[in-house]
Amino acid sequence: MFIQVNGESRGIGEGQTVAALLHELDIRADRVAVELNLEILDRKDFETRSLREGDRVEILSFIGGGAE
Amino acid sequence: MDTINDRLVIAGREFKSRLWVGTGKYKDFVETKKAIDASGADVVTVAVRRVNITDRSKDNLLDYLDPKKYIILPNTAGCYTVEDAVRYARLARAAGVSDLVKLEVLGDEKTLFPDTAGLIEAAKILIKEGFIVLPYTNDDPIVAKKLVDIGCPAVMPLAAPIGSGLGIRNPYNLKIIMETVKVPIIVDAGVGTASDAALAMEYGADAVLMNTAIAGAQDPLAMAEAMKYAVWAGRLAYRAGRIPRKLYATASSPIEGML
Repeated sequence: MFIQVNGESRGIGEGQTVAALLHELDIRADRVAVELNLEILDRKDFETRSLREGDRVEILSFIGGGAE
Repeated sequence: MDTINDRLVIAGREFKSRLWVGTGKYKDFVETKKAIDASGADVVTVAVRRVNITDRSKDNLLDYLDPKKYIILPNTAGCYTVEDAVRYARLARAAGVSDLVKLEVLGDEKTLFPDTAGLIEAAKILIKEGFIVLPYTNDDPIVAKKLVDIGCPAVMPLAAPIGSGLGIRNPYNLKIIMETVKVPIIVDAGVGTASDAALAMEYGADAVLMNTAIAGAQDPLAMAEAMKYAVWAGRLAYRAGRIPRKLYATASSPIEGML
């Protein structure tokens, strides 16, 4: 099945969790915020939250920036 | 005066440094880290953006800035609406470890001046959700007072447009803000060089936040160090109390004993 991750289409396994997706992408869960269909997820739910066809996932973290 | 014990406290949190720095515009994270260390700042502001999922070779900023050593102050840079600013603040809290946010709601791309109506609205929403909102605002004493009245534990008025390096454009307004509100004032944005930072502190600012003045200098590490001393010099001068300005000379040497 396909989902959108940071605006890009991506094929994932049926019922894959958010934690598994992050692992697959080589992203440390403690460094990011995950928004699933505009809902910001609690970090402790990454392990249990399964993804569905068409889900829109946004993965964000801190980058260099002062103000702009 | 002992600079070590002259600590800034905001919402019960103690800050070692009165110089706060941004982390943008450096050539790489190594330079970022070196400049921050040279500045002595313990508060570093960061932006929240999408993770690059196609190129994972890129380092993470937090690999260089240990959140245990620095106070990470996420900002809502780039947000032009209340909705966006609130969304980014929530994401920052989810990505980080604290409720601190430097709230920016920008008015337009040319000036990057704050949209103060939007700022107050966004601040209200976030304060209700338990955020510690440090608002980037205009040098407007009335807006500063409103922000404090709704629960902001500090205000961050600009010295000049972000990245402009123009220095303090309206010292009189800043002084009025300092007299009007009883919370810490962090002068944010527009500083060009060390004397601008010293001046802000001499006026009575509690801290200064800057990014471009350091990152954009020809030698960022040297400028970071200059800013560290400028902020302390300004703070010490403020605490010491300057002499009044007079039009005519007053001799420093006694007349008595002259031939």
